[in-house]
Amino acid sequence: MRGALAILAKDLRIEWRTRESVSSMLVLGVLLLVVFAIAHDAPPDEAPALVPPVLWATFLFTGLLGVQRGFLLERENDCLAGLLSSPVDPAAIYVGKLLGNLILLGVMQAIVVPLAGIFLHADLWAVLPALVLVLLLGNLGFSALATLFAAVASRTRAREVMLPLLLLPLLVPLLIAAVGATRAVLGGGFAGARDGITVLIAFDVVFAVAGWLLFAYVVRD
Amino acid sequence: MEGAPVVRAEGLVRAFGDTPVLAGVDLRVEAGEVVALLGPNGAGKTTLMRILALLLRPEDGRLTLFGAATATPALRRRVGYVAHESFCYPDLTGAENLAFYARLFDVPQAPARVAELLAWAGLEAAARRQVRTYSRGMAQRLALARALVHRPDLLLLDEPFSGLDAGGVMALQARLTELAAAGHTVVLTTHDIERAAPIATRFAVLHRGRLAWVHEGRAPAVVVVEAYAAAVAARRA
Repeated sequence: MRGALAILAKDLRIEWRTRESVSSMLVLGVLLLVVFAIAHDAPPDEAPALVPPVLWATFLFTGLLGVQRGFLLERENDCLAGLLSSPVDPAAIYVGKLLGNLILLGVMQAIVVPLAGIFLHADLWAVLPALVLVLLLGNLGFSALATLFAAVASRTRAREVMLPLLLLPLLVPLLIAAVGATRAVLGGGFAGARDGITVLIAFDVVFAVAGWLLFAYVVRD
Repeated sequence: MEGAPVVRAEGLVRAFGDTPVLAGVDLRVEAGEVVALLGPNGAGKTTLMRILALLLRPEDGRLTLFGAATATPALRRRVGYVAHESFCYPDLTGAENLAFYARLFDVPQAPARVAELLAWAGLEAAARRQVRTYSRGMAQRLALARALVHRPDLLLLDEPFSGLDAGGVMALQARLTELAAAGHTVVLTTHDIERAAPIATRFAVLHRGRLAWVHEGRAPAVVVVEAYAAAVAARRA
């Protein structure tokens, strides 16, 4: 765990210094939100129904950007080889990168979610605790899978294209569950969100464990 | 395992796709030796170094370091590696990079060790500058400091003299001599026989994926150059 925290601290320090991931994720997030809101052009009483799909589509695309940047850091000067030559378990590298992605997503969402409430006329404050739970579960599942596949894609030539091609099909179950759970939460609370939350938890567990176990095989030659 | 050779490689084979790179390398290195591995471009030097650094697995053959065949964390702690790339993050400062690697290797009294290495590398004044702003020579000195941060018993250096000015070369030669005298082991690859000759205790020429020539003991650069040329010519014939 010490190795994972060292890698997380290093990534956050670089991000704090450059602000490259957060700024690009935020700009893309707000742009997607505006584009979706304009494209749907829904009347104010129907607009809140758009919040779940618009939010999660926005998170997927902005999240891809952040995850990709996280592994580009390790490619410059072959730093990934530096990590692999250390005594740190590759699984700890995976956890460190996953936690970094989670934090980036959380920061982006802290700005984008309130804006979605404003653009789409939805009162998100009333359901904030339940919404935060769904967001956390969705973020964990996304980061668990995306961190693993970003490592796969980073070893290919067309890595910018490969990551979405590999990742998006596998994220469909998470997307369906997250949109369903968010819709249920906005509709009145936990009860209706139980199925979606269960799927999200299962997704999180399966892909976090898979990432933990497989990361070493993905990154080592 | 005490008493075992530091490096014992038998029949190492590695290919990339259809291209064979190592075709059965045998190498034995004892503690305190400084082995200079020579060879033309494409001879397989970097591939061999990455295998010795436990970053690449051979497809065939057997490798033991300090008598151990499995790349455990404890074994990785005993190996330091300088590659063509520095393994340092351009957006971190020199001091932050060393502190990061010291943390990964659990180096005791890390701040003092980082300060010591920055002084050795002549990077004290640039310690708080981002590595992105370093010259090639400064980055190379930082890479050397990074590889030494955990006091490895085996130091693997891939073209360590590249990018260094005369002062940097002399400092590195002095450091490698000190390390060898203290019982550490060094394996380095180079094209620069003149700079390796004063410190190497053994020379080996790698050509077409095999060791083509080995010279035990110190040798003047001119002798090594002639033998190197002859070995390469003989294998081409």
